[in-house]
Amino acid sequence: MSGGLTSSPHRELGLTDREYERIVARLGREPNGLELAVFSLMWSEHCAYKHSKKLLRRLPTEGARVVMGPGENAGAVDVGDGLVAAFKVESHNHPSAVEPFQGAATGVGGILRDVFAIGARPIAILDSLRFGELDSARSRYLLAGAVSGIGHYGNSIGVATVGGEIYFEGPYEQNCLVNAMCLGLARRDRMVRSAAAGPGNLLVLLGALTGRDGIGGASILASAELGEDGAAKRPSVQIGDPFEEKKLLECSLELVDAGLLVALQDLGAAGLSSSSSEMASKGGVGLDIDVSKVPLREPGLEPFEIMISESQERMLCVVEPAKLDAVLEVCSRWEVRATPIGSVTDTRRLRVFDGGELVGDMPVEALVDDCPLYDLEPARPAAPVYPDPPRRLADDAPADVALRALLRAPSVASKLWAFEQYDSLVGSRTVRRPQQADAAVLQLAPDGGRGALAVSIDGNGRRVACDPYTGAVEAVLECARNLACVGAEPLGLTNCLNFGNPEKPHIAWQLEQAVEGMADACRALGVAVVGGNVSLYNESGGGPIYPTPVVGMVGALPDPALAAPAGFVEEGHRIALVGPFAPDLAGSELEKLRGRLATGLPQVDLEAQAAALAFVREAVRGGAVASAHDVAEGGLAVALAECCIAGGVGARVDLAPLAERGPERALFGEGPGGVIVSGPPEAIDELARIAGAVPFLRLGEVGGDALEIDVGAATLSLRVDEARSLYEGGLPDLLQ
Amino acid sequence: MRARVLIRPKEGILDPQGQAVERALPALGFDGVANVHVGRMVELDVDDVSRVGEMCERLLANPLIEEYEILVVER
Amino acid sequence: MKLGVVRFPGSCDELDALRACRLVGDAELLWHRDRDLRGVDAVVIPGGFSYGDYLRAGAIARFAPVMGAVGEFARSGGLVLGICNGFQVLCEAGLLPGALLPNLSLRFVCRQVDLVVERADTPFTRACDPGEVLSIPVKHTTGRYYAPERILDELEANGQVLLRYAEGQNPNGSLRDIAGVANERKNVFGLMPHPEHAVDPLTGSTDGARIFESIAAHVEALRRGPLAAAGGSASAVVGRGAA
Repeated sequence: MSGGLTSSPHRELGLTDREYERIVARLGREPNGLELAVFSLMWSEHCAYKHSKKLLRRLPTEGARVVMGPGENAGAVDVGDGLVAAFKVESHNHPSAVEPFQGAATGVGGILRDVFAIGARPIAILDSLRFGELDSARSRYLLAGAVSGIGHYGNSIGVATVGGEIYFEGPYEQNCLVNAMCLGLARRDRMVRSAAAGPGNLLVLLGALTGRDGIGGASILASAELGEDGAAKRPSVQIGDPFEEKKLLECSLELVDAGLLVALQDLGAAGLSSSSSEMASKGGVGLDIDVSKVPLREPGLEPFEIMISESQERMLCVVEPAKLDAVLEVCSRWEVRATPIGSVTDTRRLRVFDGGELVGDMPVEALVDDCPLYDLEPARPAAPVYPDPPRRLADDAPADVALRALLRAPSVASKLWAFEQYDSLVGSRTVRRPQQADAAVLQLAPDGGRGALAVSIDGNGRRVACDPYTGAVEAVLECARNLACVGAEPLGLTNCLNFGNPEKPHIAWQLEQAVEGMADACRALGVAVVGGNVSLYNESGGGPIYPTPVVGMVGALPDPALAAPAGFVEEGHRIALVGPFAPDLAGSELEKLRGRLATGLPQVDLEAQAAALAFVREAVRGGAVASAHDVAEGGLAVALAECCIAGGVGARVDLAPLAERGPERALFGEGPGGVIVSGPPEAIDELARIAGAVPFLRLGEVGGDALEIDVGAATLSLRVDEARSLYEGGLPDLLQ
Repeated sequence: MRARVLIRPKEGILDPQGQAVERALPALGFDGVANVHVGRMVELDVDDVSRVGEMCERLLANPLIEEYEILVVER
Repeated sequence: MKLGVVRFPGSCDELDALRACRLVGDAELLWHRDRDLRGVDAVVIPGGFSYGDYLRAGAIARFAPVMGAVGEFARSGGLVLGICNGFQVLCEAGLLPGALLPNLSLRFVCRQVDLVVERADTPFTRACDPGEVLSIPVKHTTGRYYAPERILDELEANGQVLLRYAEGQNPNGSLRDIAGVANERKNVFGLMPHPEHAVDPLTGSTDGARIFESIAAHVEALRRGPLAAAGGSASAVVGRGAA
């Protein structure tokens, strides 16, 4: 067997000499080419999390609602009425940097398979995207391609894309981030696990033909920096086929529903190698696979290529022999290819045959559990890691100029241009569409449940770059705040840790600090991390990306009709600011426009934050507020403008009480903890009365056709229609 | 026999893809470009090439909006 | 009364359509390989990407076995509603005039739009008032309605344009702002907007329910006799707003 390997093939495949020696020791002999290829992928960062696993153990993963924690295809939480919500976020960064349309599309395809692999019907997709600044043609190309690819896959397969976020920052110029999250619903008694069981049972491959897609992709793409010779490392681009996946999805769910499967697993990174060894490992069994039975898209694939191919739209299942005919019948009805390719054994070995010939024989445990885990060597950087962003606004620009500049800054401006390219409605669950409220709201009635789920995805990498610990705390808080604004209580969290090269001490420090921050915030809010993904080595000649922990959170609310919209609703309603919001210019969008990054962000009082979140949540659930919107990028002035734009009505507010440290801070300062609510005067009075220790500041009144802000010394006024055209034109204008 | 069917929007039918390409080319320095149309190509091995026209009429093209051209590329 | 919703591989909105149908009567799914329409009173071809929309939207679905039965059903006067991809399929099948082309923006567009009811005397719009404005979402990449001028003139003259995008809201560049057209006999209707996504006050609007109520009212009226069916009077309306 050959793989075109040279004298030190293990190094070319990304394994260190020490790792190679360990493989030899575990096998008791030198691995052959196929075995080496399989080991190199199973022991890659992508599959083995060798630089992050120890750190990830610090995250809280247990909670009363947790049904499945990290390690399964997706995490799952109980949402009552016999239903569980399954969800996960995953990155597809490098493939998207190579070919944004297919990279993003196959990213969506992959995360959908993770969710229906546990027997859950995917009901929503969210995306977290990062690109360089839009004055770069490459960033515009990547944005347009990625958004179009996400829409192509999600729209075609009929899963609603209900939300997401997009930021534009220089450090993502060479390494864009495309993180996709999927939320699914399953009946608790119908879930399926991925553990293979029952020696003699059959291993059946479902779905698309196997070709030379992503051969070596997982190890070479995901574990090495895209350097000067990036072009040479480019794999063949994987093409997504949402039609194939749609059939695979319906077919898999019907198989699960009919109780025909022992186990189900998707094929993702490292293809058959990874899915089969994970299934065997979880079940404590062995598997025999005959690669000559795998249906191929092109002739002449070598056994090792079949084992590591990353061809999309495939699943692997374990079937009792007596049920095989029933399985094949369902598959034929859905026009899904189904091929028995092997069987479960009691050997605890992954044995690969090519017809009658044994071509690979590896202990499952060695593949899955024996990859060495590395300790990070974190060191706080002595000098700034990132250059200052380009200066776009003079320090002495008046407040009204600054507000206009912020509203059309692409990271702040409306993302409607992207959201309109996604079907947010299919499934008849979407009660709050993108940008209507701070979180997407999906009713459970069509699935036989009560109430609704809320879901949000957040993570401002620039603030994490300013302060990895606090930035990560803020990402968790913002997600929870978005849920609180629609009255939802968090049930679980998934994350995607996008960082640079963890073997560099300052990146290791960012990673460690961010995980600590995330862990502390989760504990303070009582939210468990039920799954996630790590994407490291996001570096290129331009340096590392901003450290970007992306947080996806799912919550539940009893009455979707009461989920507050973000926009003001009615003239005469009173406006208040709720929560421990201490605006500060450090790390703010305004400072970015002025060409500055901060070192350090103000500390956060997690207890006060948690109390405020509970207060907002209860106020929304009780129907006391007509609107709720959190204060984020651009500070209070931008948040108020967003409330006006979404509601199509003006407001008169007084920020003088916040302006003691300067009007600028009050207008544009940022920090966690602030929610703008509006409601009838008596309801706001009542909230003020019961707020207790939760800070509650009356700001003013809804009305008129302009946003008028009094900051003591100065006043600021902007017509709502002008604000709207700045806000909604920001992105399209830059893409013209 | 290998046949190649070229399908493009009928003359007079608004072709935004063609227009987008037509606008993009000068931006890259390619001047003097006009009448760009974007269509698609279907390649097929057939026993009887005389039936490809019927295939176009019934499935490969929509005669209301598209015109097609059949080329025999290999005998 | 029973409605049938066709399910092709690649259909996406069939369950939404089924739920909308069940607000006005019984409904069941019809599998694309079946030729038997199971005695339904009306057929809905739902949205999605039947057979992946490969080749051309709707081009392959029109040859599905079920479409043969739907064609016969339509020719015998049965009611057929095509929504979005269903509209594309009906045009490809020649059951409706014209064709759907890629949006002028070349992008998918998902947006709530206002539709003006041009004719309220058809089986699909009899629960509406003429000139009434319905708020219903669109979501498609290939929704630009096209027919040669001569045919467009004929459609207008015959009253086959049932729904038009309100002024300034045409999302795709459809000629004459056409959002939905019927055949000459008015028993086959296709539209790009998604009435099945506008039947629940929680998810936006309930205006789409009018289309399903119209179908139900027409089928009921037919049961009572051809005179009542032809009348299309308000008395046949089964309900307004949220069902």
